[in-house]
Amino acid sequence: MSRPEAHTATGAPAVERVTLRPPRLPSWSVAALAVGSLALGIAIGLIGGFESRVQWGLIAAVVFVATTFWLSAAIEGRRFATDRMAAILVWACFIVAVLPLASLLWETVARGLPGVDWYFLTHSMNGVLSWQDGGGIYHAILGTVQQVLLASLIALPLGLLTAVYLVEYGRGRLAKAITFFVDVMTGIPSIVAGLFILSLWIMMLDFGYSGFAGAMALAILMMPIVVRSTEEMLKLVPNELREASLAMGVPKWRTILKVVLPTAIGGITTGVMLALARIAGETAPIILLVFGNNMINGNAFEGAQSSLPLYIYEQWGYGTEAAYDRAWAAALVLIAFVMILNLAARGIARWKAPKTGR
Amino acid sequence: MPSHTKSTARLGDRVFSNLSKGSGIALLAIMAAIAVFLAIRAVVAIRANEGNFLTTFAWDANADPPYFGIAVLLFGTVVSSVIAMVLAVPVAVGIALFISHYAPRRLAAGIGYVVDLLAAVPSIIYGLWGALYLVPQLTGLYEWLDQFFGWTGVFAYDGTPARSLMTVGILLAIMILPIITSVTREVFLQTPKANQEAALALGATRWEVVRMTVLPFGRSGVISASMLGLGRALGETMAVATVLSPSFLINASLLESGGGTFAQNIASQFKEAGSMGRDALIASGLVLFLLTLLVNGAARLIIARRKEYSGANA
Amino acid sequence: MKLRLGAVLVSGALVLLTACGTDDNSGLPGAVDFSVENLRCAPSGTLLASGSSAQANAMEVWVNTYQANCEDSQINYKATGSGAGVQEFLQGTTAFAGSDSQLTESEVEESRRVCRDGGRAVHLPMVAGPIAVAYQLPGVDDLVLDAETLARIFDSDIRRWNDPAIAELNPDARLPDIPITPFHRSDGSGTTDNFTSYLNASAPEAWPYEPDKSWRGRGGQSADGSSGLVGMVQQNPGAISYFELSYAHQNDLDTVRLDTGADEPVEATVENSSNAVAQADVTGEDGDLALELDYATRETGVYPIVLVTYEIVCDRGNNPATLDLVKAFLTYTAGEDGQRALGEIDYAPISDDIIQQVRQRIDAMD
Repeated sequence: MSRPEAHTATGAPAVERVTLRPPRLPSWSVAALAVGSLALGIAIGLIGGFESRVQWGLIAAVVFVATTFWLSAAIEGRRFATDRMAAILVWACFIVAVLPLASLLWETVARGLPGVDWYFLTHSMNGVLSWQDGGGIYHAILGTVQQVLLASLIALPLGLLTAVYLVEYGRGRLAKAITFFVDVMTGIPSIVAGLFILSLWIMMLDFGYSGFAGAMALAILMMPIVVRSTEEMLKLVPNELREASLAMGVPKWRTILKVVLPTAIGGITTGVMLALARIAGETAPIILLVFGNNMINGNAFEGAQSSLPLYIYEQWGYGTEAAYDRAWAAALVLIAFVMILNLAARGIARWKAPKTGR
Repeated sequence: MPSHTKSTARLGDRVFSNLSKGSGIALLAIMAAIAVFLAIRAVVAIRANEGNFLTTFAWDANADPPYFGIAVLLFGTVVSSVIAMVLAVPVAVGIALFISHYAPRRLAAGIGYVVDLLAAVPSIIYGLWGALYLVPQLTGLYEWLDQFFGWTGVFAYDGTPARSLMTVGILLAIMILPIITSVTREVFLQTPKANQEAALALGATRWEVVRMTVLPFGRSGVISASMLGLGRALGETMAVATVLSPSFLINASLLESGGGTFAQNIASQFKEAGSMGRDALIASGLVLFLLTLLVNGAARLIIARRKEYSGANA
Repeated sequence: MKLRLGAVLVSGALVLLTACGTDDNSGLPGAVDFSVENLRCAPSGTLLASGSSAQANAMEVWVNTYQANCEDSQINYKATGSGAGVQEFLQGTTAFAGSDSQLTESEVEESRRVCRDGGRAVHLPMVAGPIAVAYQLPGVDDLVLDAETLARIFDSDIRRWNDPAIAELNPDARLPDIPITPFHRSDGSGTTDNFTSYLNASAPEAWPYEPDKSWRGRGGQSADGSSGLVGMVQQNPGAISYFELSYAHQNDLDTVRLDTGADEPVEATVENSSNAVAQADVTGEDGDLALELDYATRETGVYPIVLVTYEIVCDRGNNPATLDLVKAFLTYTAGEDGQRALGEIDYAPISDDIIQQVRQRIDAMD
């Protein structure tokens, strides 16, 4: 603001203020422009009689962008005007993206929260008709927990040992083949994994629907994630550690178990937790494989089970108000479940993060 | 005594190395078995098919003789994923920049965190939200599109519920936004500080710093993040199945209902499928698999190239 | 150490988790009292069944009643649609299938692979009910349509609610100028089969397609299962669709009255559909009880779009492990208690002489 004055004052010899800083808009001007354009947008909207509030907002946005650019270009120059445009654009991206995501979280919490209570968490759907209120998700939580645990029982040992093999032992063609197939498998669509187990286990080998069948599909999805993340973490372990241990005469296998793995344990656990969170929300293969059940079935190896994602899908399918309420409540529980796994993963990562840099 | 420990050490080493090698082989065997099994079933179905697997607009895989084709599915999968990419990538880059270079630092950390958590929200919840909340909201937008762009035919809209490929694309865009953002942000944050400071010292504005240092450095990272998102979008099942009104025809308008995707078609058809029907679905699943493989492979190539590039730089 | 502690914590949490849940929902406000007298229970066991979503509501009540009265018995009926139910039955993964349409001859042949002792699949009519045509139209709560108009609506030939053809049938209604969205099933369904049988029988020119479990008409939108259609009609003004009356009533949806050519339009009610079922003929042979309905009826008080849903079982059983449970459960559903329960949820019981035969068939399963 002081710059134009300085310009006019160049004639006066006494006050020769030379500054290298280019003229800038004062920091309050952006806010002022925003408020101004919003008012103008509302005014035009009211006068023009536009129904939609969205149109008001759009008009205000256009006015804001245009005036900011014009003003900035006039006072600060084109480069700074472009800079301001870019900043507005980035902010706009942020707002545009935050709207639906915030809405998703808000809807789930707002519609789900009234339905979640102790009763909901500890009862099954036995005896509750689809158009009645009430019932619970206990059987679904139990199913999800069991299926995820079984899946990790299958996938973790295989995945971890494979990663150890690839990093510590693997040379030559076998290692290459394993790396290639693991890469291929990370891309397998979950529904295709489900279809594979359905065709092989249930249709050809005639084992019937069960939580275990679902767990096997989940394990297929989990293995490549575990291998890849563990591999990355093991590679980060500095070779000096291994060499120091080996130099002291410690056999290789004990070096791996006592030195390498403990060093990388934080990263490995994080990877595993993230993989768990990922498969806990898987719906498609579960729908194909566990059949669904309204009662508690604690035996994952025999008989139909339920699971949280499947429960949400079922309740959504019933189409009644009571069922929608249950679907939202279960969705909230599922999000909470996944979030807890995620937060745990982050906590472990921070807690166990290698203290030393490379 | 020493010889004894030595032998147990050797035994332990042998046991452990064989164990890890064995599990590697087991994993390989499982993966190979899946691939071979799926391929065999797919070939059985395609051999028996009366229609043309690539061009037929129908899915009567249970009929005798079976008659099915993936034309509609391929179209729907590609179109909805492309819409998702077009919508999501620019916005995701914007948010990533916002977090890495524009937002106040404390806000940025919080947002980055929330974005990471959103990447983990199960797809069925996006589907539930999409079907019950998003679809009704979109009618107004589609009417507006129809009003101004309806003449193109691509944006014609008849006022029926918005359960179309466009809606699927929008929902997929929202779903893959967090994952693209979080990977892109990581890459942007790794831009060498020296380069940025050099640019600033030359008097560059913030945008010029971004344009001249951050974006060139992060370009391949953005591409591989997008590919990752694309892979997710291609294979997404439940979110699509809940918001789309499926049918076996290709609609000229993206806003009108109809169409289908590979994953959605498998989810809605498998339960009625006899053994031939299942084989046909497996065949379509294999095509989806190849499609994702292509995308992932491309992403991996780009990442690998970037590693060399940045390695040479460092 | 810490890992071990973690393991202890996890297993402790698991023990807690398995201990604190319960199947007992009888304390809920508005919980249904499922207890009935003299229900003959089979030894405990579990069985899986799947199929028609048209009878899903009846099955929900039956299954819950049976489970409430017979401890340690689990029956899982998954309403996946008739097509899916028949497939799963033919693959031998379920004990019986619920279906709204009859098996084809080749399907009956296929059933010999899963049926024991050279048996085959037979149809047991168990529930009947009107297929209501429900709609959501602001300001219109009484709507009359005839077969031809219905056929043209569902074939996307009539596209707006104020079309002259609809106005002619409803001179008093104020029909809004909004698009019609007809919703059909995206999955294979006996409901679709019955509904299109009616359209084809009563208005063959407007509906030239062969009746089929899959939808053959043009245009419109689709959704999965009867309940999926209900959701669509609820959410979308201008929507029209077809599903069982019980779904329409549970959700307070308006249903269309049909102008069949009788003195006055007939409403979709349990009574009007019972009249249609009473006129059905048994066409099955050798102990099979498949029924044939007259879709083109013009009689007063007879609602023509009626669906008879069958339980499809092997006449000599399929899996010895579940046979007793299947028999006990179906004996209950076909018995007086089971059939009486139907009226309360907008289904029609099967007429006396036919249900007698059904009970004999069930007894003879061995």
